[in-house]
Amino acid sequence: MAVFPDKTGVLVIGGGNAALCAAISAREAGAEVVLLEHAHRAMRGGNSRHTRNLRAAHAAPTATLTGTYTEEEYWQDLLRVTAGETDEQLARMMIRKSAELQDWLGPRGVHFQPALTGTLSLGRTNAFFLGGGKALLNALYDTAEKLGIRVFYNSEAQALDIADGVFRSATVVNRGFAYEVKADAVVVAAGGFQANVDWLKAVWGDAAQRFIIRGTPYNRGRLLKDLMKKGMKSVGDPAQCHAIAVDGRAPRFDGGIVTRLDCVCFGIVVNQDCQRFYDEGEDFWPQRYAIWGRLIARQPDQIAYAIVDSKLIHNFMPSVFPAIKAENIADLAGLVGLDRRALEQTVTEFNAAVSPGTYAIDALDDCSTRGIQPPKTHWALPLDKPPYYAYPLRTGITFTYLGLRVNERAEVLLENGAPTKNIFAAGEIMAGNILGKGYCAGTGMSIGSVFGRIAGEAAACVRRR
Amino acid sequence: MRSAQIETGETPALAEVRRVMVICNACRYCEGFCPVFPVMESWREPTAADFDYLSNLCHNCTACYHACQYAPPHEFSLNLPEALAEVRAESYEKYAWPAMFAKLFHKNGLIVSLVAAFGIASVLLLTALLQSPDVLFAEHKGPGAFYKVIDHRVILAVAGSLFLYSILALMVSFVRFWHAGGRGFLDLVTPRSLLTALRDVATLKHLGGGHGDGCNTKDETFSNQRRVYHQLTMWGVILCFAATSVAAAYHHGLGRIAPYPVFSLPVLFGTLGGIGLLVGPAGLIWIKLQTDPRPMLVRQFGMDYAFLVLLFFIGLTGFLLLALRATSAMGMLLALHLGLVLALFLVLPYSKFVHAVYRFAALTRFASDGHRRRTARSGRPAA
Repeated sequence: MAVFPDKTGVLVIGGGNAALCAAISAREAGAEVVLLEHAHRAMRGGNSRHTRNLRAAHAAPTATLTGTYTEEEYWQDLLRVTAGETDEQLARMMIRKSAELQDWLGPRGVHFQPALTGTLSLGRTNAFFLGGGKALLNALYDTAEKLGIRVFYNSEAQALDIADGVFRSATVVNRGFAYEVKADAVVVAAGGFQANVDWLKAVWGDAAQRFIIRGTPYNRGRLLKDLMKKGMKSVGDPAQCHAIAVDGRAPRFDGGIVTRLDCVCFGIVVNQDCQRFYDEGEDFWPQRYAIWGRLIARQPDQIAYAIVDSKLIHNFMPSVFPAIKAENIADLAGLVGLDRRALEQTVTEFNAAVSPGTYAIDALDDCSTRGIQPPKTHWALPLDKPPYYAYPLRTGITFTYLGLRVNERAEVLLENGAPTKNIFAAGEIMAGNILGKGYCAGTGMSIGSVFGRIAGEAAACVRRR
Repeated sequence: MRSAQIETGETPALAEVRRVMVICNACRYCEGFCPVFPVMESWREPTAADFDYLSNLCHNCTACYHACQYAPPHEFSLNLPEALAEVRAESYEKYAWPAMFAKLFHKNGLIVSLVAAFGIASVLLLTALLQSPDVLFAEHKGPGAFYKVIDHRVILAVAGSLFLYSILALMVSFVRFWHAGGRGFLDLVTPRSLLTALRDVATLKHLGGGHGDGCNTKDETFSNQRRVYHQLTMWGVILCFAATSVAAAYHHGLGRIAPYPVFSLPVLFGTLGGIGLLVGPAGLIWIKLQTDPRPMLVRQFGMDYAFLVLLFFIGLTGFLLLALRATSAMGMLLALHLGLVLALFLVLPYSKFVHAVYRFAALTRFASDGHRRRTARSGRPAA
């Protein structure tokens, strides 16, 4: 273990994709670079560990992307998912630069998969990392270390010393000891605050206690809070987060992709009082999974149960956690701890309200209910073929939207809109500039890489001034 | 999690692979690395024999371990290479023939070492007992020099019968392994699938990591070293076998008696093969010594080391014999070399060598099953 440094050229705070892109860019531009990762080595990389692809504009098919994906189409996609909660200038710049990412990441060790085909059709818009996000991180860490970047794990930057918009040093706790690290410039790429339960509780109340955090437990937003307190301008709704429905048995942190359940639209979903609370068949699941986290968060004890019968159980991908199974609804209720009579009544009412139609899982079909609230507008079939199956559902938080306002140079802005001199931000901590709402698969990694590169290059220039 | 899907009568190793597979199939990030993942994704209700196939389709490149977001210390604690290595070890026992010798795969390193020692000792002893010292330690030249020390008919009878037995045992194992998959022979093996499997063997494609940069050994970085040393070992074995076959043809067909001149086919093949047997196993041992043990089945290293060391010493004694065959050391070296070769023939069906048989069978099945086409993806969005 190298001696912990007291000064460096560019200090990069964070250890995910954005931080590594920044560190490598700064180092390649000639700066001395120290990177501080809060996690220990085995769990390094923040939420990038759980990612799989990045969304990249391209004018012609490439080895890993089919067709074309123009700046305009990418922008329209962003505009749609964010409902306008975005900065067009920053977003368009990010989109243009996303086209360079594969050519930049490739020589730095990142392997991409040949274009994927299938129902998702992401093969056109998204380049998939061979082996996923952790493989990307392994490659970038290796590149960083070979370039002479000094990487310190178990190192949490807790506060920055800033005067008149100029960064001077960071207070860092490394393996329990506090250090002061001076640097010519700092890149803050430390993620959001979704793993900070106290902060979530301030927004969501006690409900947050039962949220499942899909990603790293290290994103506690400590620097975000510190910088906002010190006069940096924020962006994004502090009350919003990307919240989806996950299996209630998922680990508290780091469950990642596999805890997601795809069964909601096929059966019914009830809360702890055995009441349905939302139209399960409103739209295709990929269009709806991101609202169910919030819906469940509003239910008593923040838990819900998806219930299907044996004719529906093969309509979706099997879950990592086995379904709870019983021969009748009352026994199923008993197994999951619901009131037997109440669940029977809800299912009976639902079954009675189903009006016949032509069932089609690949279309917005005409199987719907009549006369119950809430209705189920598609894929409504009576639950009548035993055995019956239940999956507990909880709110799973992917990321938070609140972040630091930046400009096109990735410079963090002060409250008055003026740029700071040597404070840069990249990744999830500033993604809210572009993704103020909603989500578009692979955009987070594109923002991280593009702004990481910009921040790193700009931070390296500060030193030369 | 761990209790899920354990079928009665299945080994804990198999239950662990089933557990891991459920999570792998929900994640699928590794599907570009090697055939193991598309095969797992295509399965609905795999049998125990299917996992024997899967475990021998795994090249233990460990890329999936190092790329795994759920590897330890994550609470899911996924370690597919190690889990498959356990099942693979069990498959070696399961398909061993005759079944009573399956136990030889326990403490295989010790057994192979003992057999090698026994092979050397018995050939040396017998030679010393049966041959007068002035013949054993004399210089012999010209055709038949070797056979003045050890009678050609004895070599032929002992080595030949051991070799034929081993080939028979390996073939029976191959057929048992193949039929356990529930398929007939002819409906699976086509010239095309055989060619594909042979190409995969020749290039060792699946140690390329899906990107050609190689596999993981000591850490998260990739290297083609293992691929290179493995091929040197494999070609070493093949060329030495070719050398022996050509020599047999010379002897029995053309009446040309060993030793052969340096620029003859048997010596040429033997020399090239010998280089493979020296460099290949040495390189593989060197890599193994520094490899990250976490995704490996460390308790099986004894089997690997013993086999590699045996091959290395066969190569070494072969070269010494070639170099010193005109000297008085030839007698002892011949006995030494022959002892090692006989030991190899004896342990062949109960050693690491079976890996070649089952891997080839697995690659052929993979090629003929046509899993290469991408499995249709489910309707889940990619985060």
